[in-house]
Amino acid sequence: MAKMTLEELRKLRQTAQKTIRTRESAENDIHLTIGMGTSGIAAGAKDTLATLMSELEKHPELNVAVRQTGGLGLEHAEPTLEVRVPGMPVIIYGKVAPDVAQKIVQQHLINKELVDEHIYDRPASDIVDSGSAQ
Amino acid sequence: MAYAQYCLICDGTACNSSQSERIYEQIMKYVYDHDLEKTCQVVKTGCFGFCEQGPIVKVLPDEAFYVQVKPEDAADIVREHLLKGRPVSRLIYREKDTDSLGAVDKISFYRKQVRIVLRNCGFIDPESIDEYIAREGYQGLEKALFEMSGEEVLVEVEKSGLRGRGGGGFPTGRKWRFTKEMEADQKYVVCNADEGDPGAYMDRSMLEGDPHSIIEAMAICGYTVGASRGYVYVRAEYPLAVRRLEKALQDAREYGLLGDNILGSDFSFDIEIRLGAGAFVCGEETALLMSIEGMRGMPVQRPPYPAVKGLWGKPTVINNVETFGNIPVIVTRGGDWFAGIGTETSKGTKVFALTGNVNNSGLIEVPMGTTLRDIVFNIGGGIPGGKQFKAVQSGGPSGGMIPAEHMDTPIDYESLAALGSIMGSGGLIVMDEDDSMVDVAKFYLGFTVEESCGKCIPCRLGGRQIEKILEKFANGEGTPEDLQKIEEIGQTMITGSLCGLGKTAPNPVLSSIKYFRHEYEAAFRKDVAETA
Repeated sequence: MAKMTLEELRKLRQTAQKTIRTRESAENDIHLTIGMGTSGIAAGAKDTLATLMSELEKHPELNVAVRQTGGLGLEHAEPTLEVRVPGMPVIIYGKVAPDVAQKIVQQHLINKELVDEHIYDRPASDIVDSGSAQ
Repeated sequence: MAYAQYCLICDGTACNSSQSERIYEQIMKYVYDHDLEKTCQVVKTGCFGFCEQGPIVKVLPDEAFYVQVKPEDAADIVREHLLKGRPVSRLIYREKDTDSLGAVDKISFYRKQVRIVLRNCGFIDPESIDEYIAREGYQGLEKALFEMSGEEVLVEVEKSGLRGRGGGGFPTGRKWRFTKEMEADQKYVVCNADEGDPGAYMDRSMLEGDPHSIIEAMAICGYTVGASRGYVYVRAEYPLAVRRLEKALQDAREYGLLGDNILGSDFSFDIEIRLGAGAFVCGEETALLMSIEGMRGMPVQRPPYPAVKGLWGKPTVINNVETFGNIPVIVTRGGDWFAGIGTETSKGTKVFALTGNVNNSGLIEVPMGTTLRDIVFNIGGGIPGGKQFKAVQSGGPSGGMIPAEHMDTPIDYESLAALGSIMGSGGLIVMDEDDSMVDVAKFYLGFTVEESCGKCIPCRLGGRQIEKILEKFANGEGTPEDLQKIEEIGQTMITGSLCGLGKTAPNPVLSSIKYFRHEYEAAFRKDVAETA
């Protein structure tokens, strides 16, 4: 990189801030938790995660922490994704293939509308307590 | 590239010496094996501070705090946690006496800390200038260059009440003003990183963990006082710190944050590293300057102070690493913000290297005014083996012992001086009931005698004589006259020595006599002890 001007430094700081912000978890207001148990991975959770991350990168204005967790107990619906957006109910989505992940970012995180056809609700509370990262 | 997870591996000298490099390699290997490199970033950071429990690995955003990690634990951390999100509970730090898995902010060691100087230590990759920039890095310099005059920067530093963190506690703003007001064709900014107190590693950790903050601070200082050149004087025994600082200097130059016309302004500034050979006296500012000039490091009489006549006879600001570490934040957030932290006379925070007989040894940063009790018992977790606390030695070989009855003293420059010790650079060595104060005093004095440059008589002869007398006590051959003699010689050294080394060398001995006289009396010669 060549010598920077003031504008370039400011721009770099802005970009770099976005990258590092996910590390400062306390400041995030949207929390996504993806089920990465063996069955989740087998069902393609890694692809979902990769898509999710590249999708979020396009929307730096969203302040999102993405966590991974074990199986949520909804093995039949893997890959699963729990979405916590302030002011909205906590939702667990199932069968979140990469294209669904894109849709969730657009519709749930940005437009604040639920993606009805993929809601699998929450599993029984005893499973949430031991299985969820929260 | 945004990542979902971060795996931060402490790579300060302490963790590095217990294989953190190997842990990093292993974690990277498994990360690649499981194709996690696109979603999980593995970062080698500076010191986390909790050195007692090292090597430390932290996984974010889960805030999992893994301690005493071994290279063979890498598989579990990656396969279980990074891949499947299941924290490896056997490696997670547990508070003593509780079984709960504590989040980092709930760990007693961290709970009472306030991190200003160490804000980036253990969080960013010290070798990445981008990560520093992401955390408000070079924002202070930017603000100074484009929104403030040198005078305005100086006013903020004065308002902040920041005082020198190297030991003396001289107001930083006043130091800068002396230099600023001097007319000269050339002025210098020097960073004193010649940390030499036994058990102290604040400066090293800062240079290792966040080198850019020092570079930024020195540039701000240069802009403020009108200097275009800076030197960092650092010990050659700190290879990792030197390497990271070199890398940081190079990156800053490439980005145009050092060099000619910084960020397109008309301010030019550059920094060179000077390696010290490890003589303790070179931490004394006039000796340090002589060493930079290429001569043998020997103190010279002050005044004139370096601020007026320093490096090559030119006005020179010389500040300690930690002092500089506060500067970027003071400029960004303002002097008033900084002055809101700490006590009446001592503002901000202080970094301490907590070592000795204490459960949680490590690097800590607390607001001025925190009590020693909080530091030793809450942050430090008390004394191992159920033993009794005896004393804390603050300020290294220049400081004094502080006994249990003064544990509730809020720490600041004045309170420590009143107890016969000094703030010093921030070494805190904890001693328990089994430690002999005579031995400890002898150890420190032996250190300063060894390190005395020999230029002035009180220091050269005084130290040697006290050491000889202490020898008698160590062999149970002391007399009451000996004690009196120590005090006399000590006073002479304090008043008559040329530099801080000699002036403070008697402190450990004198303070131990003040608070633990009975231990000296117990070492009186038999016949004397009977008559007494």
